[in-house]
Amino acid sequence: MNQSLTSFAYLVAAVLFILALRGLSHPTTSRQGNKFGIVGMLIAILATFAHGGMNFGWMLVILLGMAIGGGIGLVAAQKIKMTALPQLVAAFHSLVGLAAVFVAASALNAPQSFGIGTPHHIHLESLIEMSLGLAIGAITFTGSLIAFAKLQALMKGTPITFRGQHQLNAALGILIVVLVVLFVASGGSAILFTLIALTALALGFLLIIPIGGADMPVVVSMLNSYSGWAASGIGFTIGNLALIVTGALVGSSGAILSYIMCKGMNRSIINVIAGGFGSSGDAAVGATNNEGKAVKIGSADDAAFIMKNASKVIVVPGYGMAVAQAQHALREMGDILKEDGVEVKYAIHPVAGRMPGHMNVLLAEASVPYDEVFELEQINNEFSTADVVYVIGANDVTNPAAKSNPASPIFGMPILEVDKAKTVLFVKRSMASGYAGVDNELFFRDNTMMLFGDAKKMTEEIVQALGD
Amino acid sequence: MTPADLAAQAANLAHQASTLAQNAAGVAAVAAAHAPPAAPFIFLFSIFVLAVFVGYYVVWSVTPALHSPLMAVTNAISSVIIVGAMLATGLKGSMLAHLFGFIAVTLASINIFGGFAVTNRMLAMFKKK
Repeated sequence: MNQSLTSFAYLVAAVLFILALRGLSHPTTSRQGNKFGIVGMLIAILATFAHGGMNFGWMLVILLGMAIGGGIGLVAAQKIKMTALPQLVAAFHSLVGLAAVFVAASALNAPQSFGIGTPHHIHLESLIEMSLGLAIGAITFTGSLIAFAKLQALMKGTPITFRGQHQLNAALGILIVVLVVLFVASGGSAILFTLIALTALALGFLLIIPIGGADMPVVVSMLNSYSGWAASGIGFTIGNLALIVTGALVGSSGAILSYIMCKGMNRSIINVIAGGFGSSGDAAVGATNNEGKAVKIGSADDAAFIMKNASKVIVVPGYGMAVAQAQHALREMGDILKEDGVEVKYAIHPVAGRMPGHMNVLLAEASVPYDEVFELEQINNEFSTADVVYVIGANDVTNPAAKSNPASPIFGMPILEVDKAKTVLFVKRSMASGYAGVDNELFFRDNTMMLFGDAKKMTEEIVQALGD
Repeated sequence: MTPADLAAQAANLAHQASTLAQNAAGVAAVAAAHAPPAAPFIFLFSIFVLAVFVGYYVVWSVTPALHSPLMAVTNAISSVIIVGAMLATGLKGSMLAHLFGFIAVTLASINIFGGFAVTNRMLAMFKKK
């Protein structure tokens, strides 16, 4: 297969990848989009095999690697619980980063395979591109591993901070730049290559440890972006069109998701990266004095009675719902209410869950139809027409202090205005505050009824009471 | 801005994005036919910049409900880095290059198969009333 035909195949693959993302604009077109992506990947791989010059024995080695990796990937994808999806995605990010590091290393050792020179005589620009791909890839790798460990609870979610942390990170960043310059000037020294890799690995680790568990949606999106830029860097190194285009797509995708997540929390990306949010230090800030105020406590029977007599119920699920695995019970509750002629809708805050869109997947898994699920902007003005709002496993995203109390750490964060509904049923384990360490004045309102207990158990009890 | 306006704008953007993509495809096809074996940096960089724009518009048109599948599928497609790993493994080179290439092929394959499979699993769950 000649050069231009191969390039054309890579181009077709890149266009198919664009169409794969395009398909995600609506659930009905998304499955076809995924097929486009698979076909694109197949074309890219076949074109590389057909490119020629490959030794048959080494081709078998490639197929062996694909079989091993493919097997692991397929098993992981089938076995993973949907609540653990963010961990899986973080693990996948780390693999893209590590693969970028290894491809950069092999390009340094066999530049002739990529037409970028001969060993020790690699083109200048290829060296620059290679070291960028290497550094970003290495940062992505260790950063994603830490994100994985925090999400999987192998590591505490609390931010790890120490004095001089930002200075150290800045110093490491500068060190990487200096090492890259020396590496390029040396014409591709293997020792400097290793030093860049090690420094970048350390930086990736240090960048993520100060970021709290609840900020992981931003981190996972940000690392998604990094993995894209790393792929693009390698694409430039080896002059591959499909890789450059895909890296750019993934890089912008991750950047947009990070932006959406930050906006959902009313925080700047700098503020998130600087870390430390949600550590004990902030807890006292802006706490409203609710001592002495009484809350109204209800039972499952009370909740069932109120909902049965409602004409419109909006459910607000949060991460706590996922932790308690209450989504199936929740859907059952919705089914019974709908049979009784009650209109049921679901409202999702952008930062509900541990990654963008996580809550939508969890509800879809419990067979909640996607046309009953609404985003914040779509549903926020409907709360005033709702008879009942059922808040389950969410807290900060409903806190009116975000609108009324400028001293609150969450002030300015867009919230679901559940307090406008006639009755708010708030399922909660105890009176403890949310991750931001802020009291929720909603608990003390006259139209709020607290339902204390495990989210799943409480919902199941309501289902039972509704059936009686 | 009403949802209808937003939807109209999104549709418009998506249309622009697909036009851009088609243009980029046309430009690249012509350029690919004429490019010398090692494409000059500026040619690749132009494609990169255009692709960032295409990515920007296409990703904004993704419905927020599908942001998790978006992440999983971007994982899968960014593993097209396997192309580089395959060349390193398959073409003539030092033993070290073969070894690094093989490791990268294996890692990228985990992502390709795992990423597409988990995306597929998620998308299959999204159903209408």
